[in-house]
Parts: sequence; structure tokens; C-alpha cells
Amino acid sequence: MNVRSAIHVASAAVFSATLALAALALTATPPATAADTIDPAADARAFQKYFTTKFPKLKLEDFVNGPYSMDEGMHRQWEEKEQFPPYEFSLDMGKELFAKPFKNGKSFADCFPNGGIGIRQNYPYFDEKEGKVVTLELALNRCREANGEAPFSYVKDEMAALTAYMAFTSRGKPFDIKIPNDPRALAAYQNGKQYFYTRRGQLNFSCATCHVQSPGERIRAEVLAPALGLLNAMPIYRSEWSGMGTISRRFTTCNSQIRGVPLEPQADEYRDLEYYLSYVSNGLPISGPGARP
Amino acid sequence: MSVIRTSILSLAAVLQIAGATSALAASSEADFKAAFAAAEAANKEAGALRNQWTVTAAALADAKKAAEKGDFDLATAQSKEAEALAKASIYQATSEKQAWKALEIR
Repeated sequence: MNVRSAIHVASAAVFSATLALAALALTATPPATAADTIDPAADARAFQKYFTTKFPKLKLEDFVNGPYSMDEGMHRQWEEKEQFPPYEFSLDMGKELFAKPFKNGKSFADCFPNGGIGIRQNYPYFDEKEGKVVTLELALNRCREANGEAPFSYVKDEMAALTAYMAFTSRGKPFDIKIPNDPRALAAYQNGKQYFYTRRGQLNFSCATCHVQSPGERIRAEVLAPALGLLNAMPIYRSEWSGMGTISRRFTTCNSQIRGVPLEPQADEYRDLEYYLSYVSNGLPISGPGARP
Repeated sequence: MSVIRTSILSLAAVLQIAGATSALAASSEADFKAAFAAAEAANKEAGALRNQWTVTAAALADAKKAAEKGDFDLATAQSKEAEALAKASIYQATSEKQAWKALEIR
């Protein structure tokens, strides 16, 4: 039962003297739209069905390869790129950074379950103590700060290297994002969904304008990636950036490109957006770090 | 891509109307200050809605630069453009509170 229905039922219980009247109130409840009803599992099914129907030749796991899965020629380019992947230097740097002890002798491994190895697919998660979504990038900087180290920039360099290494240790593991039975978690998920579909910026684009309505089509010289599996490949080396970028970089630059002022990296809205987008890609394998044109 | 085109066109229409109402008479420093304050207030409101536009910030910066050079006609015109842009971003944020639902995959 959705929130609106629940309010109608409650009102009926208070104000009506008879069961018949309560029943009448139930039937008089206006039909709710899907957006009013928070049902993440149903959303994920509909989301995946939309893309598999739109691209019937693609296997579900192929969506994690973004634009390279949309075009045969580009797919061949990607296979060749993977022989000498452009993210390799970042991956090596990440491995080194991850193992390097902090000044207090501890390391990143002390902050994460399983020593931080093979856990990328579980991020972001909803922290019931904090009442908010915690992303991997946020958890890495919190780990540094808890151990007396300065946080890294969220958008590239060290943060991209660390998340590249952690993603690499999870390659092939399916996204397994959980939404606990906590109204705050559902609200965070819903906020993320709302952010994803909300038009913004002078160009009046939402995330969905490019990544739901137009995947596989070109915007200038680029082939747009499908939203399904988009975050599985993060972080990415982008030729356009001549370097690596994190999820924070992707979100903020998307906002700038549509002439919207980006929010600060790891703003609640971006954390919720990552939660939503990751959840609806549950079951698809982690493929990061990735490379994109 | 027709959805995108329609959206850009409707925004462009809003901006053209705003541009057409620019003052034709010579502007004073006081005119600029009033126009700039109105633009800043509107942009602040857009900020509270978490929906500022980069072009609004650029128009505000251009207005300030023109005022520093003593060109109050241009400074006032740029301020009015910034205000129109900020108001469009407020309208967008407000209407999208419900409109986003129409795009959802169901």
C-alpha cells in the first residue's frame, strides 16, 4: 500500500462510523502513479526490462561496457584497448596507495570488511546509524580522516586510483546493493530516483534524457551509454579527460555539460543518485575500472 | 530527440522575452545596482532549490565587469539577463518537482 492510500485508510478509520464507509473510502482512493509508490524491486525489474527490450541483441552483462556494447566497430576498438588498457597506471598506483600504511601504522584495509578486497559490489550502502547513504569514495576519505590523514580530492588522481584498484578486486562480482527495511533508506532511494529523472540546467536535460531516452545515439561525436550498468565500470579513463575520473567526477561534469552548477562532490543528492543507479543495476557484474572515449 | 529540441526551444523563448524587455534608455549606476541585486536574489533562490545554472553565474560576472568599466547600460542589461535566467531555473526546479514522474520507466 502506498503512502497516499495509507492516509486515506487512516482518515476513513477515524471519521467513519461504519465499515462500509471505510470500504468506500478505500475504493475512492485515486490510483497512485508508479513514482508515488516506492518499490525498488519492481523499479529494478522495469528498468532492466526497458533496456533489454530496447537492445534485444545484448546480453544483460554486456550493458556494463557502455557505448562499446552499442556498436560493433566500437566493441572491436574496446577489445583492442583492453590489451593495453589506459587505466593500468592508475590501477598500479591504487594498489600501492591501498597498501601504504598511514602515519599511525594503519591502512585502508583496517577500515573495510574483508580488508577492502572484493567488496566494491556492496557500495554504496545505507548506514542506519548515520541515516544516510555511504559511497565507496566517501568511505575511503572517512578512513583517511579517521586515521589523521588529509582527504583526497573526490574527482580524480588518488581517489580514482584507489577506487580503480578496489573495483578491480571485485571484477565479475554482481552489484549487490541492499535497501534495508528503514523508511530513511527508502527515502534516500526515492530521492536518488527523483534526481535521476529531474530536468536541470539551461539545456533542460535530466540524466534520463541521455541515458534512458537516447542510449546508443550520438550527442556530437559521442555515443551515449545506457543507464543500466553505467556505474559498474567506474572509475573510468576517459580519452576526453585524458585521465581517470571517479563517479563524483562523472556526476559533476554531467551537470556542467547541461549548464547546471554542479553540487559539491558527495552531496546528499549525489550519494542518493548513486544508491538508486547502483541498485537498479543489481545483478550486473562489476567491470571497473573502465575506459571510455 | 524531439523532446530535447522542444525543451531547448521553450527555454529559448523565455530567454528571448526576457531579452526583449531590456531597458532602452541609458542606465545609471543606481539602475545597475537594483538590477544586479534582483538578479542575485533570484539566483540565491535557485541555489536554495539546488538548481543554479552556470549561464546565470556567467551573466552576473559579465554584469560586474561591465559596471567596473563604467558601462552601466551593458551592466544593467547583463543583470536583467541573469535575473531572467535565474527565474527560468526557479521555474524549472519548481515544475520538475512533479514533472519528473512522467519520465520514469514503469
